[in-house]
Amino acid sequence: MKKDYTYAVARIRGREMSLFGQPVMEQLLSCGTYEEALRFLADKGWGDPEKPLTAENILDAETEKTWNLISEMVKDMSVFDVFRIADDYHNLKAAIKLAYTKKEMDRSRLFVTGGRVEAEAVEKAARERDFTGLPADMAKAGAEALDTLLHTGDGQLCDIILDRASLEETYRAGKAAEDEVLRDYAVLTVAAADIRIATRCGRVGKSLDFTERALADCAELDTEALARAALNGTDAVAEYLEKTAYAPAAEALRQSPAAFEKWCDDLIISHIRPQKYNPFTLGPLAAYILARRNEIKCVRMVLSCRQNSLPEEAIRERLREMYV
Amino acid sequence: MDNAGLILALAGAVSAALFAGIGSAYGVGLAGRAGAGAITENPDLFSKVLILQLLPGTQGIYGLLVAFVTLSQIGLLGGGAAELTAGQGLMYLLSCLPIAVVGLISAIYQGQTSVAAIGVVTKKPDQFGKAMLFPAMVETYAILALLNSILAVFSL
Repeated sequence: MKKDYTYAVARIRGREMSLFGQPVMEQLLSCGTYEEALRFLADKGWGDPEKPLTAENILDAETEKTWNLISEMVKDMSVFDVFRIADDYHNLKAAIKLAYTKKEMDRSRLFVTGGRVEAEAVEKAARERDFTGLPADMAKAGAEALDTLLHTGDGQLCDIILDRASLEETYRAGKAAEDEVLRDYAVLTVAAADIRIATRCGRVGKSLDFTERALADCAELDTEALARAALNGTDAVAEYLEKTAYAPAAEALRQSPAAFEKWCDDLIISHIRPQKYNPFTLGPLAAYILARRNEIKCVRMVLSCRQNSLPEEAIRERLREMYV
Repeated sequence: MDNAGLILALAGAVSAALFAGIGSAYGVGLAGRAGAGAITENPDLFSKVLILQLLPGTQGIYGLLVAFVTLSQIGLLGGGAAELTAGQGLMYLLSCLPIAVVGLISAIYQGQTSVAAIGVVTKKPDQFGKAMLFPAMVETYAILALLNSILAVFSL
């Protein structure tokens, strides 16, 4: 039977009213100090009143609220795997490094919530070197990454195995997703990550072999050509992009990495904006999750700029377009 | 078959109530789910949302009305069934079809339009009047079908 999201979309319409638009972001920007900005957010109902008023507490609480709301309305959360896979791999990366170094660290700072698998289960799998309880792709990547780390002690190699596996699983989940928003998001996420990785590899002078190993397969980009372009620097990557569907990203990439990140986020927002007028399907729910992520990212940027006393101009040029 | 005419006429009456009723049940159910979502976030919207939910319910009433008129015309309500030829029975059946078919389809579309209108009211409660007009426009065709069926049944 086809899933019905009519109730959930109607609730989301109500929630969209409390999303931050440009005017609210302007108000937040006009807060003179970090503390003032935190108080402004608390007045807007952000954060958990039972926890101290810190940026991390506020932003974590908002992420948790978003997933709690969605899980209240959607029984089968696997439809949002595209968003959750990255969190699983983040936890896997942390768990493997924790198991390797055998250090005692505060778990709440290492692991994130919102993934498909509980962080405790991921940690247990890495500690016991038995990944069979994890989803198949994750288990395979986890075993390979841990093995590589134990044999080479190379944390970067471990990272690229897991990052690539995460991106490829996200891509596959996106291709199998029922909604266009999820499909577009997955493709853009993987393509943007590949462009970002290639640019960074080029900048730090990584070999062709390393870059090719790090890039995730993505039908929208020729990863071999991208890796070869990366050897010749950012301009060559931008030149390659001009021949692809991501031609508009080339200019942003030439400008700065921050401009490229902003271009990617703004593209996602422009893709999801039509969902504001879609009364059915999963699309508006996916759009709301992305809108909340974007909102949280923007608030994080403002807070960290305020905390580091950066000029307002620096914040403005990084601020993304808002969904509402 | 001796009573083929009566059977055909009865089939017409039943179709009118059945299909228009199915359409209304679907439309009201759909708008109800959206309404429940809207009032979860803002209970003050209840009365506005309720009106929007009820709009697709009218087709079921129209279908029932045509069914009653038809049953009355063929004497089934009074206890003495009329003697109808197959041709006459077929004419009753055809007369009932507009509200049966248009009722079914228009109620489904009206339900979907009501859901969209509930979305408008959720975001802009002061635009209720305008939002209500969109599903109300779908009603026009249900009313036209009702008139067609009623006039046809009465004229037989």
